[in-house]
Amino acid sequence: MTQTHLQAAQLPTVAPARNPGMPLDMAWVRAVQANTSAIERRVATLPGRRSVKGPHQAAWLLRAITCIDLTTLAGDDTAGRVARLCAKARQPVRHDLLAALDMPPVTVGAVCVYHDMVAPAVAHLEGTGIPVAAVSTGFPAGLSPFHLRVAEIEESVRAGAAEIDIVISRRHVLGGDWQALYDEMRAFRAACGEAHVKAILATGELGSLRNVARASLVCMMAGADFIKTSTGKESVNATLPVTLSMVRAIRAYHARTGVAVGYKPAGGISKARDALIYLALIKEELGDAWLRPALFRFGASSLLGDIERQLEHHVSGYYSAGHRHAAG
Amino acid sequence: MQVREIFETMAYGPAPESAAEALAWLVDQGGRLGHFIDGAFTDPGRGFDTCNPATGEVLAHVTQATPDEVAQAIDAARRAQPRWEKLGGAGRARYLYALARLLQKHARLFAVLETLDNGKPIRESRDIDIPLAQRHFYFHAGMAQVMDEALSGRVAIGVCGQIVPWNFPLLMLAWKIAPALAMGNTVVLKPAEYTPLTALLFADICRQAGLPRGVVNIVTGDGAVGEAIVAHPGIDKIAFTGSTEVGRAIRRATAGSGKALTLELGGKSPYVVFEDADLDSAVEGLVDAIWLNQGQVCCAGSRLLVQESVAADFTARLKARMDRLRVGNPLDKCIDVGAIVDPAQHDRITRMVEANTAGTVYRAATDLPATGCFYAPTLITGLAPADPLMHEEIFGPVLVQTTFRTPAEAVALANDSRYGLAATLWTENINLALSVAPQLAAGVVWINATNLFDAAAGFGGQRESGFGREGGWEGLAAYTRPAGTRAKLTQVSATEGQGGPVEGIDRTAKLYVGGRQARPDGGYCRAVYGRSGKILGHAPLANRKDVRNAVEAARGAASWARTTGHLRSQILYYIAENLSARAGEFAARLDAMQGGRRGAAEVEAAVQRLFTYAAWADKYDGQVHGVPIRGIAMAVKEPVGVIGALCSDEAPLLGLVSAMAPALAMGNRVVLVASEPYPLAATDFYQVLDTSDVPAGVVNILTGAHADLAPTLAGHLDVDAVWSFSSSDLSATIEDLSAGNLKRTWVNYGLARDWTRADSAAFLAAATEIKNIWVPYGE
Repeated sequence: MTQTHLQAAQLPTVAPARNPGMPLDMAWVRAVQANTSAIERRVATLPGRRSVKGPHQAAWLLRAITCIDLTTLAGDDTAGRVARLCAKARQPVRHDLLAALDMPPVTVGAVCVYHDMVAPAVAHLEGTGIPVAAVSTGFPAGLSPFHLRVAEIEESVRAGAAEIDIVISRRHVLGGDWQALYDEMRAFRAACGEAHVKAILATGELGSLRNVARASLVCMMAGADFIKTSTGKESVNATLPVTLSMVRAIRAYHARTGVAVGYKPAGGISKARDALIYLALIKEELGDAWLRPALFRFGASSLLGDIERQLEHHVSGYYSAGHRHAAG
Repeated sequence: MQVREIFETMAYGPAPESAAEALAWLVDQGGRLGHFIDGAFTDPGRGFDTCNPATGEVLAHVTQATPDEVAQAIDAARRAQPRWEKLGGAGRARYLYALARLLQKHARLFAVLETLDNGKPIRESRDIDIPLAQRHFYFHAGMAQVMDEALSGRVAIGVCGQIVPWNFPLLMLAWKIAPALAMGNTVVLKPAEYTPLTALLFADICRQAGLPRGVVNIVTGDGAVGEAIVAHPGIDKIAFTGSTEVGRAIRRATAGSGKALTLELGGKSPYVVFEDADLDSAVEGLVDAIWLNQGQVCCAGSRLLVQESVAADFTARLKARMDRLRVGNPLDKCIDVGAIVDPAQHDRITRMVEANTAGTVYRAATDLPATGCFYAPTLITGLAPADPLMHEEIFGPVLVQTTFRTPAEAVALANDSRYGLAATLWTENINLALSVAPQLAAGVVWINATNLFDAAAGFGGQRESGFGREGGWEGLAAYTRPAGTRAKLTQVSATEGQGGPVEGIDRTAKLYVGGRQARPDGGYCRAVYGRSGKILGHAPLANRKDVRNAVEAARGAASWARTTGHLRSQILYYIAENLSARAGEFAARLDAMQGGRRGAAEVEAAVQRLFTYAAWADKYDGQVHGVPIRGIAMAVKEPVGVIGALCSDEAPLLGLVSAMAPALAMGNRVVLVASEPYPLAATDFYQVLDTSDVPAGVVNILTGAHADLAPTLAGHLDVDAVWSFSSSDLSATIEDLSAGNLKRTWVNYGLARDWTRADSAAFLAAATEIKNIWVPYGE
């Protein structure tokens, strides 16, 4: 516990200013284009263009760990289950591996749970500086009554959630009702108060990368602190083409407003190698400032295990096994 | 660096690919390499060192081929050719398949060796060059397999001399060797002086594949070796990829020799970004367009044309992207831009950029290695078409930029070039894309993508970017010829006769230029006599100014190219109808000039010929190639442009119609030089044209001496192609003078043609250029 405090002191993350949003600029939204095949070509060749080896790979994987929103979103979640997860969040990597790498302790970026698990998570993370994120607004479909969705945010904030992952109404995107999307997002943002808000676009349900890019932009205009791909419950979750479309929207928003909005791919990222590719893509398209938990998160549950094994391989020179690392 | 530190900096760090295996291969060769002739490596001899441009280190000593060695290689190829061809397509396919497999098995060795020798990033040699080379052999193994069935009537050309450049050494070798071998040719290939190593490794795998000796021969050396190959009489075909300057020299050197020739030359390819494009993707495309292989790519998108409304935004995005390019050790797997192939090239790029005083130069804010042959990615914005760098090929990582206002202006600027290799355009508007693509003077057009290549789609240029295609069905034309032999053509002389009055009312035959009958500029004519010695009339003697006027009229009739096939067919039918109506008169004229009674048959054949090409006008379709992307590559058949044709002397009407009709059917405009001895069938034909709705300038007809007119026509820089069926010996002159603008030539080398046969395939192919339009899609 003391160590984590120390780490927080050692590695101050300059929290970027929150996104105040801006008026909905429909001319800008309509001008946004996303050429699917070109985007696919870019991401298809990226792994071949960027390779991270040796100590650099180990460092990058540790960085990836600090960006993980360690997540459990299951119907059978209990306080005990969440306690285990929080323990893993505090000490995601075996101490001997960190020592061998001459690294101070690290923690994950956040723990992400449903509303009812917020209080136990907050309790188990007290004093660690690790924020609790709550999925909200009728997650994952977002089709519950609007006032209840807003109320859900408020409840979760009251319960101690520092971050709220809201889901947008996909129908506003599919129907081209950008004003409605903007208004909804605005309301969610307001309900969050001091809590940071991540807008889950459910990109697998938006029909096209152009819609993904436009929805990203509208949510940022409405004040999202982060934009996030998916709930993890759609049939298609985070993909590299979707990621490229969203981070380019973030870059455009930053260029126009000076505000840095965070990015969170969620669902389907389970391999250390995937994490490296995502980090390289973020580094290429957004720059090093985004390679920090303040602006980048992985929404993932099984990714950490693979990274731990890779780290042990780096330290020992031998391929590792899952049972050599603590369960979460 | 410590993990703790990297954790903060998030730097990439080195990711080197090992050079050990490739260096070991060089050591196995003793560090000194000979040629590969007749199935064996020769002892290394005097020559030169080949170096790693990233470090300057010598990789190996390579031998400069002597004229004797070139001759030995050509002899070996000559001896091997008949048996190789006789092996049959299926037999050859086995070998090509084995070569493809071996290229795949040794893929990494080839990639590393290529990167060592050339300086290109290992990512490119590993992910682009070598896989495309493999694909070329697989594809052409298939072409060999189906040749008998799909290309009946076509046979191998014979021995091919192939000269490849240093920018894609193995890939260009594959583009040359695979189709040649598939079609039953044997080859003598010279890799570039800077980059000979992968060609010699390829020779090694030819041995491993058990390829019959002499089928592939590799000789190394400088331009002198290339010249020796070009000049050698044992060569049937030259295929060259390289600079326009050398291509022009090869055109001149082979003029009149009868050697088939394909040239894939330089470019200054436009990269057009419309305001509705996905700008970020278009920026990313530029990375592949101009920074692939350090911009040392003949089809590099090196001329950026951006719509004014988005130009500032686009430039800002582009500069930011440039700053992220990583320049460095080509063997590093995390590098975008490697080394320039040689210090001489580096100097050339430096000089060209330093000589430029226009625009604003931006160099990527990226680190360059302290040593080695590296050049920073560079952008020069705000150039005008009048600035030299908008026209001159830099062949390096330097992009020049200007803006345009409208699609029409974009097309005009894109086509403002002597080159015509490739073009790229970005727009999300399918109407815009599909209307602009056909208007671009380029052999390849990429829509919302760039530098896509595949063995199934032809690659090659228009204008001074050369002629011939590599890849696809269209590429096979360069390595086959029609079966059979042709008789010698004897010169047909005009009939001599007496002076005296013409029977009936005196008619003044003129020239036919721009839809009007025009008196010859020189004011001279010559009497045309019948077989009986009686005077039949006078035919004007056109001079160079008449050629100029005719070409100008033809150039002006550009809208003919945009008419529909249906309309052109209707007009050709109409010409046939009107000719048929006057068949008797034409037959009598032919008989009077030539003697005998074959005139009626010739008129009937001419009517038939018009019907044939009227039929083809809307049926000579392009293709959709099966390229391995989600998208299509459309091989569109476009008119060549303005074609000058020296028409048959021996078939005064049929020869004229046989040249005119296919050209018109495909949308070309023509300048026809009528039969020299028997011009009056052509001058009579003006009225047929006048009454058949042929737009002015589409057909222009001159009469006079072929030997006087051919040089002007062949040297005219606004003529796109010259054909000669003349019985005068003009082939060498025409091919020599055609080098000025590298116009397409189709000459008879003094061989006869059976005019009773339409031979539509040959005429239609000569009347068209294939443009491959790549359209990736997906939403």
